[in-house]
Amino acid sequence: MTNIPETGRTSRITIRLVVIQILVFSLLLTLGGRLWYLQIRQGDEFAAEAAGNHVQQVVQPAVRGSILDARGVPLADNETRLVVSADRTELGSLPDDGESVLADLAELLGMPVEEVTNRVRLCDAETPQPCWNGSPYQPIPITDEATTQQALQIRERAEDFPGISAEPTAVRRYPSPDGANTAQVLGYLSPVTDEEVAETEDTDAPLLRSDQIGRSGLERQYDSYLRGRAGVTRYEVDKFGSVLGESESEPGEAGANLITTIDSRVQAVVEDELAQAIETARDTHDDVSGRNFEADSGAAIVLENDTGRVVAMASAPDYDPNVWVGGISANEYERLTSEDSDNPLLNRAIQGQGPPGSTFKVITTTAAVNAGYDFDDTYDCSSSYEVGGQEFRNFESSSYGPITLGRAIEVSCNTVFYGIAHQEWLADGGTDPVDNPDDWLFNTAHDFGLGEPTGIDLPNEAAGRIPDRQWKQDYWEANQETWCEIADSDREDYEARIARENCTEGMNMRAGDMLNFSIGQGDVLVTPIQLATVYAALGNGGTLYTPTVGRAVVAADGEVVEEFEPQPNGQLPADDETIGNLRDATAAVMTTGSAAWRFGGWPQSEIPLRGKTGTAEASGDQQTTSWLATYSEDYTVVMTISQAGTGSGASGPAVRNIWEAIYGVGEDGSIDQDAALLPEPNRDLPEIDENGTIIPQRDERNE
Amino acid sequence: MSVHTLTLPAQRGNAWRRLSARDSVARRVDWVLLLAAAALSLLGLLLIYSATRNRTEITDGDPRYFLIRQVINLAVGVALALGVMWLGHHRLRGAVPLFFAFSMGAMLLVFTPLGTEINGQRAWLSVAGYTLQPGEFAKVAIILGMALILAAQVDAGDSEQPASRAIWQSLALAAAPLAVVVIDDMGMAMVLSVIVLGILLASGAPLRWSLGLILAGVAAAVLVWTLGVLDQYQLDRFAAFTDPSRDPSGVGYNVNQARIAIGSGGLNGTGLFNGTQTTGQFVPEQHTDFIFTVAGEELGFLGAGGIIVLIGLILWRALRIARGATDLYSTIIAAGIVAWLAFQSFENIGMALGIMPVAGVPLPFLSYGGTAMFVSWIAIGLLQSVSMKRPLSAA
Repeated sequence: MTNIPETGRTSRITIRLVVIQILVFSLLLTLGGRLWYLQIRQGDEFAAEAAGNHVQQVVQPAVRGSILDARGVPLADNETRLVVSADRTELGSLPDDGESVLADLAELLGMPVEEVTNRVRLCDAETPQPCWNGSPYQPIPITDEATTQQALQIRERAEDFPGISAEPTAVRRYPSPDGANTAQVLGYLSPVTDEEVAETEDTDAPLLRSDQIGRSGLERQYDSYLRGRAGVTRYEVDKFGSVLGESESEPGEAGANLITTIDSRVQAVVEDELAQAIETARDTHDDVSGRNFEADSGAAIVLENDTGRVVAMASAPDYDPNVWVGGISANEYERLTSEDSDNPLLNRAIQGQGPPGSTFKVITTTAAVNAGYDFDDTYDCSSSYEVGGQEFRNFESSSYGPITLGRAIEVSCNTVFYGIAHQEWLADGGTDPVDNPDDWLFNTAHDFGLGEPTGIDLPNEAAGRIPDRQWKQDYWEANQETWCEIADSDREDYEARIARENCTEGMNMRAGDMLNFSIGQGDVLVTPIQLATVYAALGNGGTLYTPTVGRAVVAADGEVVEEFEPQPNGQLPADDETIGNLRDATAAVMTTGSAAWRFGGWPQSEIPLRGKTGTAEASGDQQTTSWLATYSEDYTVVMTISQAGTGSGASGPAVRNIWEAIYGVGEDGSIDQDAALLPEPNRDLPEIDENGTIIPQRDERNE
Repeated sequence: MSVHTLTLPAQRGNAWRRLSARDSVARRVDWVLLLAAAALSLLGLLLIYSATRNRTEITDGDPRYFLIRQVINLAVGVALALGVMWLGHHRLRGAVPLFFAFSMGAMLLVFTPLGTEINGQRAWLSVAGYTLQPGEFAKVAIILGMALILAAQVDAGDSEQPASRAIWQSLALAAAPLAVVVIDDMGMAMVLSVIVLGILLASGAPLRWSLGLILAGVAAAVLVWTLGVLDQYQLDRFAAFTDPSRDPSGVGYNVNQARIAIGSGGLNGTGLFNGTQTTGQFVPEQHTDFIFTVAGEELGFLGAGGIIVLIGLILWRALRIARGATDLYSTIIAAGIVAWLAFQSFENIGMALGIMPVAGVPLPFLSYGGTAMFVSWIAIGLLQSVSMKRPLSAA
């Protein structure tokens, strides 16, 4: 600064100005740095936040696909109802947490206040049903049975009902065509949980907070088809919520329809007959226990022999699937799930398992033939068989003398099979088993597909159990400690004696185990569907099919997305001759054997029926389980009723009635083709019109 | 002391020659300063239009309502600047007391029924449908008044630096408008304080005066804090820039939305008129105090950074003019303007960026507002006037 003296400027002022300059540019640099930090370093975050700010999503839920029977008759579809819902967020912002609003609403709807408040509370470990286990940010349905009048009141007096909405909504409906409830096969829906929403967030089909999801049965198995995809329209909005324009949107897709193999008419008959049989059993005195039969539960299945398709599947006790629609009430939920309930949600046709009793003898017979016993040789059917000081008896201690294996099946003689089982047990080394024992009985049972799920297209199928050597070993290892503890005690009761034996020898396959197994008793467990596939295989000449309920998936536009073909799952471990022999023997069961008294007058020459009865001993003081497995050329019908007595006694009339309905047979044995519900299996899919509507082939006789 | 008086060309024929002569007005005007101020003002028009064209609830459905008014404000501002240049800051000396009195009077009028309250601040005068903010004039009045008092003896050659008496007098002068605004216009009080501080520094007054002033400010702040004069909500409001959740529906909301708008701009911005935050009106007061967020969102780092650079240019030229000034009166005027524009810009942009507390101060040249625009351009006029007085050798 050469001109300082000239300007009269002191150098102090110049220094001060430089200081100011440094300060000023420091401030500007600070601003620049902060700007860089916000826009470049963190820019992406803010861009996302800005998007969340100004984009409003409107979700159009997809209409869930229908579930139809084989003829296109809806078993599950949707109807539009006026659903009144509460928004917890908005209620929570009210001074009294919305209590007075809910009270007013309860009055308007004519519901108890408690019921309404319970429905909008959130579920947790301590909260009993009803409660909301969906997302707290989603409107919670209070009722789906609002009248138009009530809905209008709620809408017109919006200021009195903040957080309450009344919208027409598509809700699930289970119309029970022909009276076919089909509850456990169809399953039910419930709202998604927050976890499920989070899990599917990054997948192709993300769940929405408002979604319902299949929890059991077909609703669960085919959920991804039925659910469809919700449409999302995104609007750009300003801070007042006014729409500025439409942003990228995704069109929705209605859920696809599922055509099943169920025939609702046959299903109705099967359900009805099962219920009737249970009723009758409960009115019947049991001479063994000295009280009426409990008949606590049962199941019945109709299967197509040549395809494994399920024509009907019933489980008792059942429930009305519509109780789930629009939220379940406390009483209903208690009735369906409490410990005192009889578990009506359980599909006993695939989830119930028990010893099959004598229906198992076709398997033992096949094992025997494969092991070298001639089918037509004679074997001694004494009244009892003794092994190791223990007596194994025939049913009612009857005795038939020397008889063939076929006759043994026909009259259900235990001792013939005891003998064979004992011999085989000895051949395999008895208590000191040889290396690689033949184990004909166990291996044959496995080859019949027992001890593992059939693979039916329904969730949570039970596996059953074949108590073979491996199982014995595993079971012993799991229980050894408990047994030995009891064994070491001073107790001298029955349980202690058994435990003492089991503690040291529980891993051994004992002769008694083998004998019990040969007649389907003891530790062996089968499900009704497993037994049905076995008898269906006998009916079709030896092919085991994986049973199916799904027949085809038809998109909303009518395009057949997927058709489920019959799934062969191996051959029976029996040659044609053996199968022929078994078919003859099981035919004799119906005409001259253990089921004959129930099938007198059946037109056997026109419609030959075959079958096998079973009366399974259950544990403890329970009454025996009734089994009846029967098959024609086309179908297999299996029924079982727990604590109901004998196979033919408890299930016989019901099974006969089912057959009569299918083939149109009168009580006198006459055949009326027009009355037959399904004289031959349904081979074709129902007709689909150009709009994609599946046209139900209603039964003219019912209209 | 060579007093050069500007005379506007009398004959049109001579205009070009006069403008292009070595000693001409055109050569003496600081074009960088002028163009930077003009660029900011024009950019401001675009940003104001972008921020207000959708705000039908305050524009009566005319999307250009604010644009047209700001164009008028700008024209008036430029005219005032030319007037100041024509008169020259020296000739204005005589008018300073009058101007000061006028400013003070206007500021007090605010508390009469003529005053208007906007956003909880009683700082506006409503005159014939036009609102004025007298506090803005006080900035100029303080600068000119303090310059007059502090420089009188020094420029007369009577002393090396302002005497204590003169400093006391100048502080007493500044205290008057400060006292009026301190109660309810925090932003204005802060700006006035910084102007006083800048002037004290630039006047060559002993450093103890500046330090003393800073200490007094700190002490006052501590006093206010501990005495509980302010309500909790006022404290929250003040502190909301550090943590928007302290006042989520009020200032915190504003801070948060401003950050989102700026942050979402990224490097290039969304493009003018394309900002979703701006179009969606998520930032309150976006055309006035938060005009910078429009630039941040729509013009991105390049555009918003450009604004900071333009402000930097103005401040650089102003400081250069301050250094080149021939007398203390001119130096103080230039330095006072630097302190004013620098701090006001920093406070305004800083609050939009979330590093300064929210206080209602406009961004010079850019924010919508008549008085603010007028005085910003008066500042340019004063700077040009100082610039034109310097000997050419210093250019």
